[in-house]
Amino acid sequence: MSFISYLINGVSLGSIYAIIALGYTMVYGIAKMLNFAHGDVIMIGCYIVFVLMGSFHLNSTVSIIAAVIGCTVLGVVIEKIAYKPLRKASPLAVLITAIGVSYFLQNFALILFGADTKSFTSVVSIPTIKLAGGDLTISGVTIATVISCIIIMAALMIFIKKSKSGQAMLAVSEDKDAAQLMGVNVNKTISLTFAIGSGLAAIAGVLLCSAYPTLSPYTGAMPGIKAFTAAVFGGIGSIPGALIGGILLGVIEILGRAYISSQLSDAIVFAVLIIVLLVKPTGLLGKQVQEKV
Amino acid sequence: MAMLEVKDLEVYYGMIQAIKGISFEVNQGEVIALIGANGAGKTTTLQTITGMLQAKKGHILFEGQDITKVPGHKIVTMGMAHVPEGRRVFANLSVYENLKLGAYTRKDKNEIAQSLEMVYESFPRLKERRNQSAGTLSGGEQQMLAMGRALMSKPRIVLMDEPSMGLSPIFVDEIFKIIQKISAEGTTVLLVEQNAKKALAIADRAYVLETGKIALSGDAKELMNNESIKKAYLGE
Repeated sequence: MSFISYLINGVSLGSIYAIIALGYTMVYGIAKMLNFAHGDVIMIGCYIVFVLMGSFHLNSTVSIIAAVIGCTVLGVVIEKIAYKPLRKASPLAVLITAIGVSYFLQNFALILFGADTKSFTSVVSIPTIKLAGGDLTISGVTIATVISCIIIMAALMIFIKKSKSGQAMLAVSEDKDAAQLMGVNVNKTISLTFAIGSGLAAIAGVLLCSAYPTLSPYTGAMPGIKAFTAAVFGGIGSIPGALIGGILLGVIEILGRAYISSQLSDAIVFAVLIIVLLVKPTGLLGKQVQEKV
Repeated sequence: MAMLEVKDLEVYYGMIQAIKGISFEVNQGEVIALIGANGAGKTTTLQTITGMLQAKKGHILFEGQDITKVPGHKIVTMGMAHVPEGRRVFANLSVYENLKLGAYTRKDKNEIAQSLEMVYESFPRLKERRNQSAGTLSGGEQQMLAMGRALMSKPRIVLMDEPSMGLSPIFVDEIFKIIQKISAEGTTVLLVEQNAKKALAIADRAYVLETGKIALSGDAKELMNNESIKKAYLGE
């Protein structure tokens, strides 16, 4: 029975990774850059909820909506200030800038909220479910996380397949110049991608802090790296890849922690990534990159 | 007044000057060929007109309006479509999705559906393969898709960059027939081609580009009989 409970926890943690990985993979697909500040946007989202609920006594729904809006705006502003001027610069310059933004956000939070770890109150009010005569318990947060992940994935896929903006995103991800010839505003499409990714980061952050109820300026860093790993694992640029990569990573991490070693769980996760990339360099669902001749 | 007028255009790639002050015009209803060797600046000229590249000097006027500084994504809404070199179809999207993106700036759903029918009529192969992803099409079919996609914006002028490049002779003939048909239906055409013989055969007038400058221009039929053109471009 404990195996099933580990598995469920793994899927739940993996769902959070998957939602975060969406931000990495969409931005990579469309702007061809790795936004290493993405993890820290999660942390800012958590602080927004923490402050609104703790200091302003707003209810959780309003706080979460505010965090989503706040992170969306933050993502767009980061893109505009830090990345847009580098549109034609070398990928290395953009990468270093992203790392710089990441440190900036962490230190900004450090000044604003202090270094001490805050205890985060779960925003989920779904009760814990007991199954198999109490042998198997599934927490409300776990249920909420998995359901949120399913809804987000489905909504995103429908949005991309059916809406005009979604099709524009696909066009830009394949060929910026050709998309522009169709009349697609490439800059606006990139902004939209950052907005969606960052808004989702807020949701992932709230779920993460509800499941692991501590909050510090560095809360987003490790899940950010793990979600990035999940995105690469699944095939960066692919949305279903983010889902599969995220879930697998979460399950491997929890099972590794339970059955092999709790200290080595992160090492196991990255070892699996290395093996996958050795066998299939494009990730599980990654497309073969065509070299232009 | 000319429909499209390029005046003293200069374009640079970094420090290298690709276009060294060219001027030409395209009148409504004409088929104009821009011919020249590799690296003469033909593609650069088209890309500058539709805002993919920025001009350093000079002006581009479309229907009397200066479009030199108009951002690239707005050009298509003004009635100018560009079939880029190498076709550049969206390989992972279906034929249908590619065509829909061609009408990205248009709002009226009924009119878009009408245009789609017209494109399918002109290119029955595209209709057959509408649910196939564009990357699985042959080179000739991709060229048709690129042309159909451009027509989906209902342009008054189409800029075509090397539409016959890399195609089998049968497809080349078909592509040139389609260009004539597009012209006959009232769309103005600015055609960039290395296949000078074919291009001159269907063009009204032509300009010959040599290393960023216009070396010759005039009536297409007369240019065909020009001795230096024959030698340099027609292989006679």
